[in-house]
Amino acid sequence: MKLIVSVKRVIDYNIKVRVKADNTGVDLANVKMALNPFCEIAVEEAIRLKEAGVASEVVVVSIGPTAVQEQLRTALALGADRAIHVETDELPEPLNVAKLLAKVIEAEQPGLVILGKQSIDSDNNQVGQMLAALAGRPQGTFASEVKVEGGKVLVTREVDGGLRTLSLDLPAIVTTDLRLNEPRYAKLPDIMKAKRKPLDVKTPADLGVELKQHITQLKVETPAQREAGIKVDSVDALIDKLKNEAKVI
Amino acid sequence: MNILLIAEHDNSALNPATLSAVSAATQIGGELTVLVAGADCQNVADEAAKVSGVSKVLLADNAAYAKGLAENLSALIAEVATGYSHIIAAASSTSKDTMPRVAALLDVGQLSEIIAVESADIFKRPIYAGNAIATVQSQDAVKVITVRTSAFDKAAAEGGCAGVETVANSRDSGTSNFVNEELVKSDRPELTAASVVISGGRGLGSAENFALLENVADKLGAAIGASRAAVDAGFVSNDLQVGQTGKIVAPELYIAVGISGAIQHLAGMKESKVIVAINKDEEAPIFQLADYGLVGDLFKVLPELEAKL
Repeated sequence: MKLIVSVKRVIDYNIKVRVKADNTGVDLANVKMALNPFCEIAVEEAIRLKEAGVASEVVVVSIGPTAVQEQLRTALALGADRAIHVETDELPEPLNVAKLLAKVIEAEQPGLVILGKQSIDSDNNQVGQMLAALAGRPQGTFASEVKVEGGKVLVTREVDGGLRTLSLDLPAIVTTDLRLNEPRYAKLPDIMKAKRKPLDVKTPADLGVELKQHITQLKVETPAQREAGIKVDSVDALIDKLKNEAKVI
Repeated sequence: MNILLIAEHDNSALNPATLSAVSAATQIGGELTVLVAGADCQNVADEAAKVSGVSKVLLADNAAYAKGLAENLSALIAEVATGYSHIIAAASSTSKDTMPRVAALLDVGQLSEIIAVESADIFKRPIYAGNAIATVQSQDAVKVITVRTSAFDKAAAEGGCAGVETVANSRDSGTSNFVNEELVKSDRPELTAASVVISGGRGLGSAENFALLENVADKLGAAIGASRAAVDAGFVSNDLQVGQTGKIVAPELYIAVGISGAIQHLAGMKESKVIVAINKDEEAPIFQLADYGLVGDLFKVLPELEAKL
């Protein structure tokens, strides 16, 4: 069975985000970029399925400017077999990403598609679900466990109040939650080997997709900052403040 | 404007999160129809009909919708959607699963977790884990929206008298089947609905030590929360996690115990009305946004707090 993993290039999660002075967005100039953490988990899960003999090939896809090839190489170093870069000027919005991925899937015919549940930049949490709708396939979102058996995939999902397990017909779309696995680090020899693994570049036109704008970002602002309050020196003082000043207990 | 709001429920009662979504819908303005999709969920429809501001309730009562499977629900919603300008739902694990699927079926974008309504097509939403707020405008004829419930007051649960209409529809994809679920049972208030939340972090040191927190929670009628560090360390189950990747809460009082204050965690609780931090490290970032900070050993502070409350 072939697996497809889609990954996104985002600001490194350790970097403090700064909003641009003209409020047009977040300052990404000279900022460290990385594989989106949820996508890293998706890559890891696919590689584990290959190591377990469930999958025969792992194809990693990313959409965006040339720079996303850096993240594709990272995924190849982690163990993906080949990469597809769909080249666009900017990072397109979720529905466009889903349409491009739907075309890649149509061509590649994977048994399972694994994506991160959301990216830590736009926090949309949409692409996997949209892709499943466009492909007309079942979805297992926010997965904390994935098991392939007997032509189905069992996905345990993190839902409000606990866990829920679904059985999905293959091909299916799975999106990863944080506790699905702990991603490995790429080893230096694998990073060298990854440079020679195949990476195809396609355009939206090659895939027959016209990108459309659905949502316009008008401005980006820094959220209102909370002021630090006071320190109290004892439990008695704390209870007094909560009762008589804040009046919340 | 004609708004279709998807009710959040467990087939027996309307989830209060729905009331926050009703408030957001009311701010957009126009006629408000609530869709209750589930199985044996007449009670939920009756409850929804009483919510202030609701003009009509649609009830899709069918076994296909019992477990909130996204494939079936999205097909239903996309079919019912005709004629509506907005399709809106409280952000929950069900709606986050279903609504993007609805948007794709309608060939429109989705606005995720809005925190403010600026106009019928302009909204604010947090990005970068709440470290930036984007103002966004929808270009689509139909706006698919999820609402961050902590950002909106709850509409009155009583006062409305909408009529309930039945939607005879069964959309079962047959490709996704419910196997089982493990829901955590608790006598405490639900985390996102509680007026007081007390959360523990890595500083608690073990699962057993969460009992110290529970004792204080019992005195305050509080819900228990946890930081991601505490969840990852296996002290408590993941449904207690407060943060960008867990629950977003905004109670009257939030008490953070042994939590340093990683951005991840702050994104989930910084809208709380009053924040108390108890930590032995006086340099902990949590003190920078706490209204009241107490530097001290939580193993002494918690029993004292329990005794004196």
